[in-house]
Amino acid sequence: MLVLTIMLLVFLIVCSVAVSFTKNLFNAMLIYMSFSLVMSIVWVILESPDLAITEAAVGAGITSVLFFITLKKIRAISLEDSDKHADNMENHKSETLE
Amino acid sequence: MSRRKTDEEYRQTGAFRFFRWLSGSKDAYIDTVEMKPQTEAVETKEEEERREAEHKHAVEKAYDSNNRAIIVFNKIYRLVAAIFTVFLLVSLIYAVSYLPKIGDADNATSNEVARRYIENGVQETGAVNIVSGMILTYRAFDTFGETNVLFIATCCVMLMLMLDEKILEKMDGRDDRRFEPKSDPILKTMASFLCPVIFIFAIYILFNGHLSPGGGFSGGAVLGAGMIIYVNAFGFKNTQRFFNETIYKIAKISALCMYGLIGSYFYITGANHIANHIPLGKVGELISGGIILPINIVVGIEVACTMYAFYALFRRGGL
Repeated sequence: MLVLTIMLLVFLIVCSVAVSFTKNLFNAMLIYMSFSLVMSIVWVILESPDLAITEAAVGAGITSVLFFITLKKIRAISLEDSDKHADNMENHKSETLE
Repeated sequence: MSRRKTDEEYRQTGAFRFFRWLSGSKDAYIDTVEMKPQTEAVETKEEEERREAEHKHAVEKAYDSNNRAIIVFNKIYRLVAAIFTVFLLVSLIYAVSYLPKIGDADNATSNEVARRYIENGVQETGAVNIVSGMILTYRAFDTFGETNVLFIATCCVMLMLMLDEKILEKMDGRDDRRFEPKSDPILKTMASFLCPVIFIFAIYILFNGHLSPGGGFSGGAVLGAGMIIYVNAFGFKNTQRFFNETIYKIAKISALCMYGLIGSYFYITGANHIANHIPLGKVGELISGGIILPINIVVGIEVACTMYAFYALFRRGGL
């Protein structure tokens, strides 16, 4: 159990250092999500399952989803070319339908 | 028999003004605040050229690698940032080294308050889960403030991000799903398996808040997350069949008012040493724990509404 705890804590430190060194916002979000997930396991080890449930739902789920939407809305996440193409096609389609 | 008022007479009564204010058919600013009609900003060609030249000049100056002042500033900036980070790190570690050991008997945290919660908590609150019993009975007032914070936060997000219904209708989900695939089969299939499980799990957490880990906030957050998955998979049109703006308003406001009513009964009886008439029930059963179960449900509804509303407002500007 002690080995597992130390591994998780080292992972947390690695995550928090990595998030400040990454230039890509999308990767930063993924690191944040994994940090929250590991943190929720750490809460269970620290015998507070209440916090673990909340951390998993809010930290890993809802907060990251809100971040993703915001980054998409301000176009901070670069889209792949295939997505752009599909998007153009879709817009074109809906315009012709009208 | 009451006399029926004519339209003229009715217009002068307070009731007419109240209902006019309630329905929002009268703009409160007309005839009271001086307003000028908005004109479109027109820019002549010379102004545009001058603005662009200024912008270009500023950019060149800022990104000029030979600008001495900027080079010096960058060096000082990095140095100060490094010094500040090291200082913060050292001071935090220094502070942590003075903290008492975890689980020590002489800790400041193991005083008479914690002892009372642990020794008398189960008899006084009727909740097996001490954390739930503590935050919803001994500290119900704090939790009420937190619930209000959630309410105010959603109000602020609504003020900033909510779009008019006419604009929403015009967009009709085009802007909403610009970057996402429509009706993704993987997401749809997974959601049809996962959503019922998540909803049942959330309701289980809500209803067993006084018996097992969890409670209002955790259950509400899981419920909100499940609703977000449902919206992502099946779209807003399907969600609006069971959760639209009207239901959102009713659920949120009545949840907060219910908490206020139950809570204020509890504060008044508690503060004045009046006997509390809510039965605690048998410890360990589902319907027990006095006010904890209803307050858990109410807080759960409030939190689930908040989480879903945040998502919907961020994504398309309307519920």
